[in-house]
Amino acid sequence: MKPINQKAWWLVLPVFICVAFSAVLPLMTVVNYSVQDIISPDRRVFVGTEWFAAVMRDEELHSALWRQLTFSLAVLAVEIPLGIALALSMPARGWQASAALVLVALSLLIPWNVVGTIWQIYGRADIGLLGAALAWLGVDYSYTGDATDAWITVLVMDVWHWTPLVALLCYAGLRSIPDAYYQAARIDGASRFAVFRYIQLPKMRGVLMIAVLLRFMDSFMIYTEPFVLTGGGPGNATTFLSQYLTQKAVGQFDLGPAAAFSLIYFLIILLLCFILYNWMQRVGTADPEGASHE
Amino acid sequence: MARIDLDLAHSYLSDPKQDSDYALLPLQMSFVDGGAYALLGPSGCGKTTLLNIISGLVRPSQGAVRFDGADMTARSPQERNIAQVFQFPVVYDTMTVADNLAFPLRNRGVAPDRIKTRVGRIAEMLELSGQLNQRAAHLAADAKQKISLGRGLVREDVSAVLFDEPLTVIDPHLKWQLRRKLKEIHHELKLTLIYVTHDQVEALTFADQVVVMTRGQAVQIGTAAELFERPRHRFVGHFIGSPGMNFIPARWREGAIEVAGHRLPIAPALAERLSAAGEFMLGIRPEYVTQTEAGASGALPVEVSQVQDIGTYWLLAARAGETVLRARLNLASAAPDVGATVWLKVLGPHSCFYGGDQQLIAAGVEPEQPGASA
Repeated sequence: MKPINQKAWWLVLPVFICVAFSAVLPLMTVVNYSVQDIISPDRRVFVGTEWFAAVMRDEELHSALWRQLTFSLAVLAVEIPLGIALALSMPARGWQASAALVLVALSLLIPWNVVGTIWQIYGRADIGLLGAALAWLGVDYSYTGDATDAWITVLVMDVWHWTPLVALLCYAGLRSIPDAYYQAARIDGASRFAVFRYIQLPKMRGVLMIAVLLRFMDSFMIYTEPFVLTGGGPGNATTFLSQYLTQKAVGQFDLGPAAAFSLIYFLIILLLCFILYNWMQRVGTADPEGASHE
Repeated sequence: MARIDLDLAHSYLSDPKQDSDYALLPLQMSFVDGGAYALLGPSGCGKTTLLNIISGLVRPSQGAVRFDGADMTARSPQERNIAQVFQFPVVYDTMTVADNLAFPLRNRGVAPDRIKTRVGRIAEMLELSGQLNQRAAHLAADAKQKISLGRGLVREDVSAVLFDEPLTVIDPHLKWQLRRKLKEIHHELKLTLIYVTHDQVEALTFADQVVVMTRGQAVQIGTAAELFERPRHRFVGHFIGSPGMNFIPARWREGAIEVAGHRLPIAPALAERLSAAGEFMLGIRPEYVTQTEAGASGALPVEVSQVQDIGTYWLLAARAGETVLRARLNLASAAPDVGATVWLKVLGPHSCFYGGDQQLIAAGVEPEQPGASA
């Protein structure tokens, strides 16, 4: 029998402490808030699931959640195909490849609040390049006045900011495909589309999964950029979940409902990621239907 | 199907200056319709480049590729109608085995029922029939490589099927089986097969004609027997056989040759050529080195440095002057002791002579002293 050495626990301890302080304890604090009514720093009442029930009935929250879902799906629908297309058109080798990589990665290096500021100025009709150009073309565009314009501007900003991430991931996936696959496809007489459909896309599945999950989670938690660009307006048109949550917790100091909602928020992200992950795992790897019957 | 003629050279550099800049030095070669060929050589000798030039994946920097006399140099693999199987299995992960096999046919718009019969036939040949509806991604490496082979063989009208070390990832016992399968398929379909390998056994058992390559040069083309018996280039002697041919420095001296300080009389038919060469190399395969009594004709005294039991023979290593000589001796005979001096016969009908790397004397001349039959 192997000797049991309990000393190994000491090696795990630092990680355990780090995780406890960075994740577990804050999360438990939130759980703590979500079941109590904090009246003053030294007076609190246990309220059970009351906050959860209240949050579930909150109409404003429902519309924020709906807005958020639509936004995240739009982000995925635009950024994933665009990122793939960008990666496919990037040069594979030589100095052009390096130049393209730097150029594409540029927007990823900009701090988020700066991105918001850039687009805020960019979209202004008086001094912004985009806003002025649209005005000159006769398009009635105002991200501060029109809800649709604001929503689209936030979406375009996110696409501008984050499509490069998808592109870089896909580019890495593409570069890892051995030349033999392309050679075999040429020998087999495959069309350009068949090469994409049967070689490049399946081989990018792993990185695409990461890209989809990252972009979904990040866009679902988007806060800084719309906050800087539109402040959530006009009206509530670009008030996404994080901002709504912050308003509740920090603005109105409703810690209880905010905490309850944080937990629900967390579970929604977890659930959707789980669904996305499993769906993408199945696509392209499962045995074709009917195979087991034969 | 077609006869393939090559007359070309290739460099991956844009401005090659010396021989070492070339992946393939100028060569002329023909592959007859329906033949089974092997390109044999060590890694980096240019055999894969040559294969890719034939298939059209690589365009030679000089010269031309002709199929039945028609210039195909600028044509794509598809236009050449070539099939090629690569070293590592290439399967289309998302497709079933059947779809994989059908892919080259579908891309060419072959009728569905024709595709079905072809795929069924090839699957049967390669023993894949039971897995036709499985997704290719889940299969083991050897099954995947069988799919690659199948895709190479599924078209019946191809000009040639090219194999680039296709059995590298296959288990040894399956290797034999698949190689036999390929031979059968060759007999059955009468396709031109060109097979790249660094494994001499694979090349010699598979092909009718073996092209031995080194450093971008095809040094000899011949049957297994020709390559074994009469290597025209020292590389062939060295590369083919296990262990390779012995090369002993020798020189012409006063009517006889001097090998490792020992004088050996030589047949007059050879004397002229060897005396002109002055210094040369005597080549003899370990299989043909035999132990003799002291002072026998064509034999050298050597000092035994190592004796190994290889299972079917003794492998003897012995010093003759500066050179180490290897011999395969019959297990029935007693193994000589290490350190002992024995006499080994190195001059006989199987001896070859090399000036530089090239063979000096064409095959079939008896090199022994006067009196021996020619």
